[in-house]
Amino acid sequence: MANLVDVRALMFPWMQDEESQPRLRASLGPRLLCLYRWHHDRAVAEIEKKIIEAFEVFDHECHKTVDVREVGSIVRSLGCFPTEAELHELLAKVEEEEPTGYIHLEKFLPVMTKVLLDRRYRPIPEDVLLHAFEALDENKCGYITKEELVKYLTEEGEPFTQEEMEDMLSTALDPETNTVRYRDYISMMIVDES
Amino acid sequence: AFKAAILIQQWYRRYVARLEMRRRCTWRIFQSIEYACEQDQIKLHNFFSYLIEHFTPSSSKERDFISRMFISGESFKEAELEKYCDYESMEVPDSYTGPRLSFPLLPDHATALLEAFKQKQQLHARYVLNLLHETRKHLKQLPNISHVSTCYSEEVTVCGDLHGQLDDLFLIFYKNGLPSPSKSYVFNGDFVDRGKQSLEILIVLFTFLLIYPKEVHLNRGNHEDHMVNLRYGFTKEVMQKYKVHGKKILKMIQNVFCWLPLATLIDQKVLIIHGGISDTTDLDMLEKIHRNKFISVLRGKKRKESNRNVEIQEINGESKVEADPAGNEAAPSLSSQPQPAQAPSMANRLEFSKWVRQTVQEQIEWCRRLADISESEEEELTSSSVVSLTDLDGPRWTRQEEWKQILDILWSDPMPQEGCIVNTVRGGGCYFGPDVTGKILEKYNLQFLIRSHECKPEGYEFCHNRKVLTIFSASNYYEIGSNRGAYVKLGPDLVPHFVQYQANKMAHTLTMTQRQGFLVALISRVEESAFRALREKLFAHTSALISAFKAYDKDNTGRITLSNWATAVESVLHLGLPWRMLRPQLVRSTADGMLEYKSWLDDLAMEQRSQEHIQSSLLEVIYRNRSNLETIFRIIDRDHSGLISFEEFHQTWKLFSSHMNIELTDDGINDLVRSIDFNKDGNIDFNEFLEAFRLVKQSQ
Repeated sequence: MANLVDVRALMFPWMQDEESQPRLRASLGPRLLCLYRWHHDRAVAEIEKKIIEAFEVFDHECHKTVDVREVGSIVRSLGCFPTEAELHELLAKVEEEEPTGYIHLEKFLPVMTKVLLDRRYRPIPEDVLLHAFEALDENKCGYITKEELVKYLTEEGEPFTQEEMEDMLSTALDPETNTVRYRDYISMMIVDES
Repeated sequence: AFKAAILIQQWYRRYVARLEMRRRCTWRIFQSIEYACEQDQIKLHNFFSYLIEHFTPSSSKERDFISRMFISGESFKEAELEKYCDYESMEVPDSYTGPRLSFPLLPDHATALLEAFKQKQQLHARYVLNLLHETRKHLKQLPNISHVSTCYSEEVTVCGDLHGQLDDLFLIFYKNGLPSPSKSYVFNGDFVDRGKQSLEILIVLFTFLLIYPKEVHLNRGNHEDHMVNLRYGFTKEVMQKYKVHGKKILKMIQNVFCWLPLATLIDQKVLIIHGGISDTTDLDMLEKIHRNKFISVLRGKKRKESNRNVEIQEINGESKVEADPAGNEAAPSLSSQPQPAQAPSMANRLEFSKWVRQTVQEQIEWCRRLADISESEEEELTSSSVVSLTDLDGPRWTRQEEWKQILDILWSDPMPQEGCIVNTVRGGGCYFGPDVTGKILEKYNLQFLIRSHECKPEGYEFCHNRKVLTIFSASNYYEIGSNRGAYVKLGPDLVPHFVQYQANKMAHTLTMTQRQGFLVALISRVEESAFRALREKLFAHTSALISAFKAYDKDNTGRITLSNWATAVESVLHLGLPWRMLRPQLVRSTADGMLEYKSWLDDLAMEQRSQEHIQSSLLEVIYRNRSNLETIFRIIDRDHSGLISFEEFHQTWKLFSSHMNIELTDDGINDLVRSIDFNKDGNIDFNEFLEAFRLVKQSQ
């Protein structure tokens, strides 16, 4: 993936979208184009393999289908951080005309490949996450009370379900003070990830 | 605040999704390794059987070896069995505080046993043997397919694999009640192996079987097989718990397992078998065959149906033959064995192979005859029995067909696609599709099938449009927290009701708020276990991996791309795992997307060195015959040079593949040879051979 981006950035810095390809063809030699294509194809092939792998983990019956409710997990485990709204957008593209509750690999693959190629739904960097918590911490005291957090996360944004809220609290909440010390929580979760 | 909330939620949901992915990957790892192991073992067993069949013995010692290796699993004749596994002369010392059984058994004995096992007591060997004898006597009267009716006991409880996990059995009895005249149970096989209390489970189940013979039903599973037990821990468990009488106990158990019924029918509508079915499953055949002939289902594959009449006459003519070829103690008198002519010189390979083929034929015949005698346990070599053998009415089937029926029942798995294909993952049985299920259900007017054999996260799972139910009763099978166990209850309406459980105090007392923290910790721990097992497997294939990597590194830079790494690893291990997903856990450091594979493999090796693991799955089967190491060595060392060359190993292997039409990779055997060849001089001498077994012995 890195290879692809480097090549594109180096060689065609002015190119932002696929429509400029014809311009490209006219202005640069066929050799460079070949190189670009080759890198691109290899990167795409690798991305596709990753997507298929992730898909198959959730495809119990090896039917090349997954339950529509698992798509979120698949997309996220491929390194993307979509919001629920973005996820619904994606689902609209991969669902059948008559939603059957199942998503087929053949529809999912091209859409997801593009998502990864375009580097959509980028991860949230640690500092941005920290800012988000700080924004909820009105008094800037380094922690958020349980009640406040619950209110924000179950009422604002794309609300958590009760189960999600309880789950998060189970690791985030400091039971002695009934607060979430968000700096510590973030550091702990980031470590867990790696 | 809205934005902030969204961000946090977004991030958090991704975290949860990753957890879910990790959990599933871990599951897949365990499953694929488990099945790959089973397959290995079967392959190796077949290999050695074939080897033995085609080896030309050049001394009486080797002849003995052949008969023992091939036939030692066979059943004794009744009288010999009683004599060998005699318990009556065994004294039970007064100091023994465990339960004392007397026959016929009473419910009090059962409760005493359960109590004793809860207190971690051990039943005296005398009672174990006594129990096994009585169990065998009882099982012999039972038909191959047990029949249960819900009109006598309103509800039937069906339990799946227990695999030596006594705690799960206790849990089941606690939740559901003990077997009794009003509480029927069917236990669907795989009582032993893997878990540490397989013998206790057998004792409990057999006890209840004898006390309530009408209410308790046992089906045979693929692990009720001494060949499988060698690998998966039951044999070891018995020998460790009963150092003096272990062998006798194991011998008896072999002869109990082969008498276990193969299937159970509830109300003629629900068929319960351990593994599954195939497109050739024939219940009529299954009802009629002599199930006890199949001590191990792993044997018998290569035997072609001989001309029975001819053999019978030959048997008759050799009335002097010692009909105890299975004797571990006494060497059989093999005067009838055709003496092989002197082997022609090695110089003329063509001559040699002709001679080999000739003598091989004779040897096969001789082996087969011997085996047939030992198997007809009840039949004495009198003329009357000979007549009864030839005087047959009803359909007759080849031994091969009978064997396949049983193999399919015990080893098959359902698959979502239609059709019926060979189960290459396990190495035995089939994958059967919904159409096969449909046909069988229709043919025998059944409503659905219940089977076990596969671990399921929730303890049970439907497939084939709810026509096949998998029930699995060993919770935390792979690791603590990996899965629930379940049992199913059926009333006269035959509507299944499930009860799930997890035999782990920790998981039980968890409150909602602690769930995720626990889940994370659990997943991490299970994951650790899975990856450790995976790294072991990778290490075991070091040489094959190096070759695979080199193929992607033509310029010999020592590095390959991560993408190629994934493809290469799958091509060697054939586990079907999502390697790209797993890569971060397996490959610690990469430099700009490339992996230095040699140092990676070295790291793996360093990890493993402390455990002195050498392809244990393969060597353990060899180790079983360690008392005949020299003979094994010489079997493989064809040119009698005193050294086993890679060539010789390869030749033997190739012979095997081409004759057996079985796919065997060169890499597997290469790995084995290379790991045994310590001084890396390209040959295995006898010392290295011994050394390999010493290490295996250490790891036991």
